Amino acid sequence: MSTWTDMGAADDIEQEDVVGVEIDGRAYAIYRSPDDAYYATDGLCTHQQVRLCDGLVMGNVIECPKHNGRFDYTTGEGRGVPIRENLRTYRAKVVDGRVLVDLG
Amino acid sequence: MHLLNLGDNVQVSQQRDYSMMGDDGRAAVERGLADAQWYQSPVARKRMKELMQRSDGPAIRDTVLWLGLMIAFAVAAVMLWSSWWCVPFLAAYGVLYGSASDSRWHEAGHGTAFKTRWMNTAVYQIACFMIVRNPTTWRWSHTRHHSDTIIVGRDPEIIGMRPPKLGSIALYFFGVLDLPRGLRAMVRHALGRISPDEASYTPESEHRKVFRDARIWTAIYIVVVTASIVWGSWLPVLLVGLPRMYGAWHHVLTGLTQHCGLEEDVTDHRLNSRTVYMNPISRFIYWNMNYHLEHHMYPLVPFHHLRELHDEIKHDLPPALPSIAAAYRQFVPVMFAQRADRSVCIHPQLPAPHNAEGTLNA
Repeated sequence: MSTWTDMGAADDIEQEDVVGVEIDGRAYAIYRSPDDAYYATDGLCTHQQVRLCDGLVMGNVIECPKHNGRFDYTTGEGRGVPIRENLRTYRAKVVDGRVLVDLG
Repeated sequence: MHLLNLGDNVQVSQQRDYSMMGDDGRAAVERGLADAQWYQSPVARKRMKELMQRSDGPAIRDTVLWLGLMIAFAVAAVMLWSSWWCVPFLAAYGVLYGSASDSRWHEAGHGTAFKTRWMNTAVYQIACFMIVRNPTTWRWSHTRHHSDTIIVGRDPEIIGMRPPKLGSIALYFFGVLDLPRGLRAMVRHALGRISPDEASYTPESEHRKVFRDARIWTAIYIVVVTASIVWGSWLPVLLVGLPRMYGAWHHVLTGLTQHCGLEEDVTDHRLNSRTVYMNPISRFIYWNMNYHLEHHMYPLVPFHHLRELHDEIKHDLPPALPSIAAAYRQFVPVMFAQRADRSVCIHPQLPAPHNAEGTLNA
């Protein structure tokens, strides 16, 4: 069942960037890609629970700020060491200028 | 400089166990020092994004200069081999081989040297070979160093253990201990074995890569040593392998300034890492790792932006040391004192008004 949750204003995220959002104590990362699409993943790196919203977005990749672990944030796939576990992704859409994420 | 006796606040045994499998490592986990939250000086996201941006240009320039100079010095040394004039060229070659490789290993290992991934990988592999550090085990070792910087029993890269083994540290300047150690590890890996310490931070799925690279390196060293024997000349081993000894002094000289004499078992890089202003030649060889505190606080910032990061947050940091000599004047007496009392260390003065502004990040 879909549970679309408002994560904030779409314009608050710069292109090729990420912001962090906390809902009920759980961290999420919301991305705006270079081609202006929006994506959402869990907010903590699967390697050592570091906040991905402090990392660097390069194209479709988010790089963790602590150990440089990389994920494709459109699929959640880890891209090499030290990542050994993929990142959970969520469906995201923009409605009336708000980013909505399906937290299921 | 302030001396801090940790005895009142922290329970420490007189002789601590710096191995990855010992009691201090387990105690660090129990005390919440493993994978802990660390202090970060505040930097606006927009500015941090600018500082994190990668570029191929600076690293390509420096790599062309680095390898180009190595080739030029090697050719000059070969041409002058029959005279003493080869010595200064070998000495310069050695520093680029045995010291600059340390900083290239480090920065390319982080993946921040170049914007283009394969360039990082290529320089990382070359530098690992020169510095004789297995590309896989040392990548994981350095990951742990950043997670648990100078946490006893967790950080596998602590040089200034307490009490310090000053004789051993002196030998590092000439690679006397670490080259044989690196070669022993290479042979062990080539035989398909991995040490318990390495296994504690290197996942089993990575072991095949460890063994593969070690076997390639072993084959290269066999060729080089055989060439020296067949030709009856020291020249091949002076160009491949031995520069890790006679050219190691600069990376040890600069590397000891990173953490020596500072605090253990704290979760604030301002207390266990040091920034030192250095001359341009040392900064080229060291690839700006003299801004070491900044690097630990924000590891995604490339070497060519560390000076700007330093300017951005220096108001929130202990004062940088003005020179390599000043750094040694600070930590060498403390390390001598630690021989008698291991609780003695440097407690950097933090700028009080800014303490509350930082953030804690895992």
